[in-house]
Amino acid sequence: MPGYNNPMGNSPLEVKVISKRFGVPNNTSLDVFVQHDGYKALKKALASTPEDVINTVKNSGLRGRGGAGFNTGMKWSFVPKQSAKPKYVVCNADESEPGTCKDRPLMEYDPHQLIEGIVIAGFAIQSHQGFIYIRGEYRYLLDIVDKAIAEAYAAGYLGKNIQGSGFDFELCTHTGAGAYECGEETALLNSLEGLRGYPRIKPPFPAVVGLYGGPTVVNNVETLSNVPHILLNGPEWYANLGSPKNGGTRLFCLSGHINRPGVYELPMGFPLRRIIEEVGGGVLGGKKLKAIVPGGSSCPVLTADEIDVNMDYDSVAKAGSMLGSGGVVVLDEDTCMVKFVGRIMRFYAHESCGWCIPCREGTSWLKHLFDRFNAGAALPNDPDTALDVSMNILGKTLCPLGDAAAMPTISILKKFRHEFEEHLKLGYCPHEKKAVSV
Amino acid sequence: MSEQRHDSRFVILDMPPKEENLNVPGPYTRSPSLSPRTNTTAAPVSLTINGKAVQVPPGTLVIEAAKQAGIEIPSYCYYPGLTLQGACRMCLVAIEKMPKLQTACTTVVANGMVVLTETEDVKNARKAMLEFLLTNHPLDCPVCDKGGECELQDAVFRYGAAETRFMESKMHHEERQFSNLVYYDWPRCILCYRCVRVCDEGLDVNAYGIGFRGAHSEIIPNQGEKLECEECGMCIDICPVGALTSGTYRYKTRPWELTYTGTTCNHCADGCKTTLAVRNNEIIRANNRDHSGFNGEFLCVKGRFGWDFVNHEQRLTAPLIRKNGKQETRTWEEALETTVERLKGILKEHGPDSVAVIGSNRTTNEENYLLGRFARTVLGTNNLDHHRTADYSSLVGALTAANADRRYATIDDIAAASSILVVGNDPTHQHPLIAYQIRQAVRSHEAHLYLLNSGEIKLQRQAKQSVSIPTGGEADAIRTLAGQAGSDELAKLRESLAKESGTIIIFGDEIRGKDVAELVKWGLTLPGQTRFVALGDYANSRGAADLGLLPDTLPGYGSISDAAARANFEAAWESKLAETPGRNIRSILKGVESGEIRALLVFGSNPAKTFPAVKDHLGKLEFLLVAELFPTETSESADVVLPATSFAEKSGTVTNTCGQVQILKKTMRKAGTRSDLEILLALARMMGHKWNYRKADDVLREIVTKVPGYAIALPNLLVGRAVQTLPTGTPPALASNDLVFSSRDSLFTSGTVSRYSWALNSVDEAKKPHGHIF
Repeated sequence: MPGYNNPMGNSPLEVKVISKRFGVPNNTSLDVFVQHDGYKALKKALASTPEDVINTVKNSGLRGRGGAGFNTGMKWSFVPKQSAKPKYVVCNADESEPGTCKDRPLMEYDPHQLIEGIVIAGFAIQSHQGFIYIRGEYRYLLDIVDKAIAEAYAAGYLGKNIQGSGFDFELCTHTGAGAYECGEETALLNSLEGLRGYPRIKPPFPAVVGLYGGPTVVNNVETLSNVPHILLNGPEWYANLGSPKNGGTRLFCLSGHINRPGVYELPMGFPLRRIIEEVGGGVLGGKKLKAIVPGGSSCPVLTADEIDVNMDYDSVAKAGSMLGSGGVVVLDEDTCMVKFVGRIMRFYAHESCGWCIPCREGTSWLKHLFDRFNAGAALPNDPDTALDVSMNILGKTLCPLGDAAAMPTISILKKFRHEFEEHLKLGYCPHEKKAVSV
Repeated sequence: MSEQRHDSRFVILDMPPKEENLNVPGPYTRSPSLSPRTNTTAAPVSLTINGKAVQVPPGTLVIEAAKQAGIEIPSYCYYPGLTLQGACRMCLVAIEKMPKLQTACTTVVANGMVVLTETEDVKNARKAMLEFLLTNHPLDCPVCDKGGECELQDAVFRYGAAETRFMESKMHHEERQFSNLVYYDWPRCILCYRCVRVCDEGLDVNAYGIGFRGAHSEIIPNQGEKLECEECGMCIDICPVGALTSGTYRYKTRPWELTYTGTTCNHCADGCKTTLAVRNNEIIRANNRDHSGFNGEFLCVKGRFGWDFVNHEQRLTAPLIRKNGKQETRTWEEALETTVERLKGILKEHGPDSVAVIGSNRTTNEENYLLGRFARTVLGTNNLDHHRTADYSSLVGALTAANADRRYATIDDIAAASSILVVGNDPTHQHPLIAYQIRQAVRSHEAHLYLLNSGEIKLQRQAKQSVSIPTGGEADAIRTLAGQAGSDELAKLRESLAKESGTIIIFGDEIRGKDVAELVKWGLTLPGQTRFVALGDYANSRGAADLGLLPDTLPGYGSISDAAARANFEAAWESKLAETPGRNIRSILKGVESGEIRALLVFGSNPAKTFPAVKDHLGKLEFLLVAELFPTETSESADVVLPATSFAEKSGTVTNTCGQVQILKKTMRKAGTRSDLEILLALARMMGHKWNYRKADDVLREIVTKVPGYAIALPNLLVGRAVQTLPTGTPPALASNDLVFSSRDSLFTSGTVSRYSWALNSVDEAKKPHGHIF
């Protein structure tokens, strides 16, 4: 839909599906939204059966946009048809992965699209209550989303007997209190229940035992925003937008040393090199590329030599990293990777919930180690120790936060080991000209 | 877990470990799904662990299955009976066909599962976890209370990771005092959350939470800086490291310097097993060290901390004789000779009916038995009673009359019950273990708890239905339940109970005399095997009734007027017994007031406090003997005061309120004191009676052969098990209801002895008003 100015960035290479209404004046209001095909998909869904909706989404190849990339329709189909306890739809809007800022515009510029997606998901699993769990730092989005929900209620898109279909669905928002961990779906459910944001043991998975013990679908904002378009345009259309088994488009958040940072909607499988060079306009200041974080800070970094990869779940996994949450961070040749990994680890040590030992103690240890390394007291065996500690965290924690901390660290320690050695050899940081060893 | 706990150097009475029937975590609101239940009726699941074939019921966790196979999987956060955490990651094992290592504490067994617990990966993971734990854990083991019995120390010793690569400075917080009895040392805490869970799930107190995040996480108390709780100290006991330490034990000793003796707690009538740790004739600590017995690791504040009266400076350690109106310290010989001389004189001049004996709720079965023999044969009187806190006689009489003499419930039965009715009483305060078992039944298998109470009691939180009745209306409510009419609430209760099977009916002193028979009669009409528990007050109130410290009842509930019952003991005691019932306790005290009772012997009891009206009349007695641990309101008026031994300083047996006999083991000596048994043996000998007992065991052997219902298996008793008695008999009806009343002790009071316990008096909670009379 050309002509509209996406405040988050525009590129002619974009394929606009969920971002097509970004920049439409007053799009957060219901009337404007309805003028632009709003709630059409919901009406279509309500006229069909829950099974049809689930199959449509399944066939579209839509995969969870939160990071794990699980087939959304498949996830919905795991919810038991009959349940003694109420079923719930929970929208995970606890977007806190460093480098990721895609859910924010989806709620800021098109809240009704999300609401429509949630109601369709509710209809698909025959749930009658939904929650949007918004991260605490996104308080300003709360007003926008709450207003949209109120409008939807007033217009009969939420509440009892939606559009005369006999289907009831209630929806409300809830804010987190500032914990990265609450983006993990089970910790989110605990937080939503009013408990500490600690992850739960899986299995059972939320689809079977979730919020308040009821079957629960937890989906990312972007995932749910895609649903109306799939229903409206059909699964084949959606699947064909992307690469095989990776349907549709995805929002990529370009940041770091790049000329045109922003949020761009590109088809699944779009080559990473083109994202940087064509969509983002190349590395800032014409410098050379050093590394790329392909999908948020939790993903192993890719070196400048590894960027010939198509950005879909399977291809990036083959390249040894993850598509993650779509946060593409560009690091130029002047970036000190030692400092970079230290910064990442400060984040994870701060955000580790403290529940399980490897993550709690490991991230804190690594943070202190990298801080010391950078503060001028580096020891020759520090890189080995850090690698070993990361390996001891990897795969041994209760939730993925530990892995999220370990994976980029391991990749940096392996791929940029020479930078650590250089620091040790020189006795100072070659990028900052700051002493690192005593 | 810890090798040292089963080290032969430690004298631990109980060898067989507690059966792990608690491996099934209960329903838990926080994450209900985390609680797989074993299904013992379904076909077992076969798996192999380290090549060993194991068969376990479906729903068993891998860690428990390994335990059954004799394979240890270390863990900190996993604790049988508490909800699953998956937090410490110590129990990671390799399971075939699973890509990552799995936590054995959260993985449920499956047919054909192949578990490996000693692969290189697993060993490295364990070592890594320990290395992580030690990063911020201070290595102050040389001064840490837990040193020598620390699960972290043991694991590092066993699995390595003693060398660290951690070069950073350790985080430190100052130690905090959560209460006078509980201290928290943050750096030592490994955050296994056992304390949080046991307080929440086991005790229903919820005194702990978690504050802050990540490596800064810490255990925080519920009331600002302080714990507002029952001060049971379970958190200290369950702590695998030295993070939570005890206000009475900390920095006093090393655990290997102590001598451990398994014995029975002497406070309430539940009879928890406990291990007294003694150094230089001083008790340093009490906890149920081997988790054996029906209480497992459970002890309440009295059991865990309330033993310090034993070493109180006001303990009587030399006999006192009144000379010219003043009590003076004298030798044991003189005290006993004075007693015998005075007793002989009064008996000669005024006959046996001028003498009366008041026994104790705490003395051992052997002492009670001998006290009865002493009163009935040496003194020749049936003027013998004690402060009855539950009407055991009527329960025995009613069950015998209904031909249901096996319907006594044990403590274990309560934990396993599917339906429980509690009439009167406040078990949380008066019977902490029974309350714990009730909660456990509700939590672990959703037992239905019904309450009939005139007050607000804490167990209402677990109750399926709680019927509030007017004060003193318990018996009426039972009659209503037995009938057809009644309020809606009672009708609903009647309906619910009619759908249950095998209800256990637990009742306090509110039901006594004829009401007991009515309760039993109605109870036996309920479906299934209804069983009964009468709740009395102190460690051996049941034993006092069982062993006949009653004016009209012989040991084993034979009536004194029954010639056959008399003949049994006449043969054993080689004496003729008077067949007329003697005076009961109120009548004895009236006799003191009227002058008809001229000599009174009081053993381990304080009638001047229990029956305050008698205090002014004790001076009228020609002779008052008191055998006690401490100066009391009664002993003030005594002519002779004999310093008695406490529960820690004598051997014998006690019977808990459910009728389960357990052993009391001599743990230490107290110079200058003698046990009631020794006192009685000496007095009998000096009064010219030849008794063939030398120690408590001789008396026990006679009890086992002579007292109906007490034919118990001694080997079971000697290895530390609780052995159930099944008394039968037709004791005389209760003369009047005011003979039976409870002291209404709180969690922090326990008659005279709790007045001399620093620990019990130090906690803030104890200072709050309670309804107890002592």
